[in-house]
Amino acid sequence: MTGTAIEAHALSKQYGRHRHALRDCTFRLPEGRVCAVVGPNGAGKSTLLALAAGLGRPSAGTLTVLGAGPAEARARVAYVAQDKPLHPRLSVADTLRLGAELNVGRWDMAAAERVVAGAGLDMAARVRTLSGGQRTRVALALALGKRAELLLLDEPMADLDPLARHQLMGTLMAEAAEHGTTVVMSSHIVGELAEACDHLLLVSDGRVRLGGGIDDLLTAHALVTGAHPVAGLAPHTVVESRATGRGVTALIRPEGPLGDGWDVEEPSLEELLLAHLRSPDAPVLLTPGTTARPAQGVTA
Amino acid sequence: MVEFRIDRRSGVATYLQIVQQTRQALRLGLLEPGDKLPTAREVVEATAINPNTVLKAYRELEREGLVEARRGLGTFVRKSLGSAPADSPLRGELVEWAARARAAGLEKDDVAALFSAVLEEQFAPSAATEGDPA
Repeated sequence: MTGTAIEAHALSKQYGRHRHALRDCTFRLPEGRVCAVVGPNGAGKSTLLALAAGLGRPSAGTLTVLGAGPAEARARVAYVAQDKPLHPRLSVADTLRLGAELNVGRWDMAAAERVVAGAGLDMAARVRTLSGGQRTRVALALALGKRAELLLLDEPMADLDPLARHQLMGTLMAEAAEHGTTVVMSSHIVGELAEACDHLLLVSDGRVRLGGGIDDLLTAHALVTGAHPVAGLAPHTVVESRATGRGVTALIRPEGPLGDGWDVEEPSLEELLLAHLRSPDAPVLLTPGTTARPAQGVTA
Repeated sequence: MVEFRIDRRSGVATYLQIVQQTRQALRLGLLEPGDKLPTAREVVEATAINPNTVLKAYRELEREGLVEARRGLGTFVRKSLGSAPADSPLRGELVEWAARARAAGLEKDDVAALFSAVLEEQFAPSAATEGDPA
């Protein structure tokens, strides 16, 4: 088994008395994966990334990052928050120099400059004069210059034009290919991540609903159509079903061979996610190797 | 150096697109034995796809005996794919056959359907046709 980038066990985070941002989340993300954290707005994606970055403490449960507590792992982790916080009065060049000063011994100026150079950004321009997309580029340059083992990126592509999106995703993939960096990206748009990611966490209503390799998750499900009542699917886990003419179309987790008369297809990633979002009572599925154990000695 | 084009809407798995485009490049003589395929890093930087997808495609090409991975050096073409050069007798026969089909009143789609049906029959279970028989 490869190393573990993030492991959460019964992780919960509560704001105030009534707002549960995360409830009882359990999962394991192996090292070297490119993981999409997807789910609707307000699902808890940002809270999950912020906790992994060591900002804030869990209300309950355990969380380890690169085998340590999130705060201890911080030097080896780069986190880009959704609002891309930067010093508005620093120039781009100064911002990168700050990155170098704060990450002595790890900083790779050439890597950071490549990310910024891609957009023909003026190094002398102050951050506050930059567009949203340009600021994202500077924030990603800081993250990549850090040469982290784990990149936590909250909605990294949201304010980029399609060309910049493609370019920066390419840069991230090259980083993963060359250094084996684990990348975790959140988004509520599935399409933009489907080709780049090999691992998935589906979060909704503060819970992890699906976790695992994307290929493993897809092969664990089947989209079946047949002229049978839904009861005919009894031994299998039915995530969602709909009447189709006289029969039924259902997304299931097969628990063995299906009987005759069922037309069986592998669902697309989008079909899989939408079916789970429409069916909040579907049981949680973590593929083998992505379940978690309680951490030793690191508790909330 | 070949460049892969990834069509996200084609419905063909991404790794398979890389396999098919490599085969096509071999058929067209764009790649010859000894040529180096781009590294996974180069492919993902240009296409923004997951590195494992490239590795999966290269493993498949290696399994087919078309390329070999040399440790620390990269992935190299081992053999070319038997192509039908522009002036081969097979092509000439196909041109004659297509002309007869047309004279018999078949539409382009009918000819393509007939051609793929025969291909399926003769080359089962390999993949179906690619492109028009131009």
